[in-house]
Amino acid sequence: MKAFTTLTGVAAPMPAANIDTDKIIPARFLKTIARTGLGKSLFANMRYNEDGTENPDFVLNQEPYRKAEILIAFDNFGCGSSREHAPWALLDFGIRCVIAPDFADIFHSNSFKNGVLPVALPREVCEQLMEDARMGGNARLTVDLERQVVVRPNGEEIPFKVDPFRRHLLLNGLDDIGQTMQHAPAIDGFEAKQRAAQPWLYAET
Amino acid sequence: MAGPRTLFDKIWDAHVVETLPDGTAVLYIDKHLTHEVTSPQAFEGLRLAGRKVRRPDATIAVVDHNIATDSSRYGRIEDPESRQQVETLERNVVEFGVPYIPLTDIRQGIVHVIGPELGLSLPGMTLVCGDSHTSTHGALGALAFGIGTSEVEHVMATQTLLQKPAKNMRVTVNGKLPAGCTAKDIVLAIIGKIGTGGGTGHVIEYAGEAIRALDMAGRMTLCNMTIEAGARAGMVAPDQVTFDYVKGRPFAPKGADFDKAVAWWKTLPSDEGAHFDKEVVLDAAEIAPQVTWGTNPEAVLPITGTVPDPALVEDEDRRAQMQRMLQYMDLQPGQKLEGLKIDVAFIGSCTNSRIEDIRAAAAIARGKKVAEGVRALVVPGSGLVKKQAEDEGLDIVLKEAGFEWREAGCSMCLGMNPDKLKPGQRSASTSNRNFEGRQGPGGRTHLVSPAMAAAAAIHGQLVDIRKLQEGV
Repeated sequence: MKAFTTLTGVAAPMPAANIDTDKIIPARFLKTIARTGLGKSLFANMRYNEDGTENPDFVLNQEPYRKAEILIAFDNFGCGSSREHAPWALLDFGIRCVIAPDFADIFHSNSFKNGVLPVALPREVCEQLMEDARMGGNARLTVDLERQVVVRPNGEEIPFKVDPFRRHLLLNGLDDIGQTMQHAPAIDGFEAKQRAAQPWLYAET
Repeated sequence: MAGPRTLFDKIWDAHVVETLPDGTAVLYIDKHLTHEVTSPQAFEGLRLAGRKVRRPDATIAVVDHNIATDSSRYGRIEDPESRQQVETLERNVVEFGVPYIPLTDIRQGIVHVIGPELGLSLPGMTLVCGDSHTSTHGALGALAFGIGTSEVEHVMATQTLLQKPAKNMRVTVNGKLPAGCTAKDIVLAIIGKIGTGGGTGHVIEYAGEAIRALDMAGRMTLCNMTIEAGARAGMVAPDQVTFDYVKGRPFAPKGADFDKAVAWWKTLPSDEGAHFDKEVVLDAAEIAPQVTWGTNPEAVLPITGTVPDPALVEDEDRRAQMQRMLQYMDLQPGQKLEGLKIDVAFIGSCTNSRIEDIRAAAAIARGKKVAEGVRALVVPGSGLVKKQAEDEGLDIVLKEAGFEWREAGCSMCLGMNPDKLKPGQRSASTSNRNFEGRQGPGGRTHLVSPAMAAAAAIHGQLVDIRKLQEGV
């Protein structure tokens, strides 16, 4: 996983609540066995017309948002399916940070594991950032994970909070499995005790 | 442990291997179900890191999402990407020694139907799957939740997950459910009340007389759609209904082990005075058959309702969103839901494809005909459900009425196999998500119970099931 420290870039405004993972990446694009290559299908149902041409009204088809690295949205971003293809598609497109009032749990967790930073800020603040984003390419936002602040184009700094453990992994680009493997003796011990108490959990399937 | 605990707390505590300094737990996972869509990248990750599946005996794989549900599935899968995904899973299960239920096995079916059916999911367990509807298995009194592919890989490698404890939420449904209403109507009413984000960060325990009165299939429908309220897991405390359901299932504990298990399961219900961070109470008597009108499950109303008017919504963004929903759904403010013409009726999905659901549909269809121009599908949740229905003659009833009788799979719940809505088509569907394009690009979904979907198929429009049952 690529580390996330500080990101300065164009933010795309998507002023809608409940942007679900079927919108982010429709199910027909889940038939892949790779993590990469999904960027072209990001928001496919909104981004393309039925004949496959671009929908010019969709924000990511407009300059400068074609190169957006940050997305601003409203409540409950990433609700619905558990598909990790949602952060994979965002990442493959080039979006490494989503700012919204809150996130659906599974999407939130999936994002961190792929170096996509979900930043939760109050609705009023998201509305301000939405206005910043609408100003386009001259109004870049900075997301500084080290200092946990979003810097607005006017220089105002907005603090945010991220789980310290997730922040540590993200800042250093560490993957969870290696961390957990260090607890192998404790896992062995747990299994030995559980096996004695509930042997049926260890029957062959 | 100090103080009274909830059902969630008890299962959580019993599975904490270690707690890290910041409160993150290394949580042991008892059962891992996996399918073709969210596993290939996880197996690939293991392979690249030279890791093994730690406990193949606690893992089981099945194909369900992108397979066809007609006889064509037994030949070569036509869609090259679907074929690649199924073949990849079949290679991976051999390489990593994971038990697998192939398409040709009568036990094959939707992962959330076969788990409980085979006794793979048990009370008190921690159970995960790379699928958000894993919440279904909470019906047994298990802690079951959906995970992403990185977590699938994490569970395969370590049999654990790194998790922070969720908050506790209790939804109590008092009283008796009126005739014509089902678990589907309860859960849609709950989502309508608390919203799609109402359960975020929480595990929901369902309680109250109306919940206790549900059979296991109903409890599964209820827990299944808990994710649509934002809660990763839904749970119903195990009781005699649960124990009777589990007893004798192929992978359930047997003999003395079963008695020992029941003794533990009986200790799981929430203690008197246990703390819930959030409480919601509903009166079952006030629930009517529910129909969604918009493009998320909280956009739901009783069948007697009319489409809401965006002009009455103050918040500009919410108003725009509602306008967008009505435009997508091709509905007008004030329009009655009853009488809305449909093109397709779909009875199936991990929400409503169990034998009880098929019986409910067949009871409506018996001696009737599907309306002209309507396509109606019944897709059993597993090969075993299909066989049971056929043993009861339900397939004949449904086929005589003009319903298609299909093979087990996810089918028209999500647009990634051949069963899809065409653009502009309107469906009455027993599935769980009415998102834009969920059943196929441009498709318009109205979520309903199995009886309501079957009635819509017969009448060619959304109808109030209570009127039919009264014989009006």
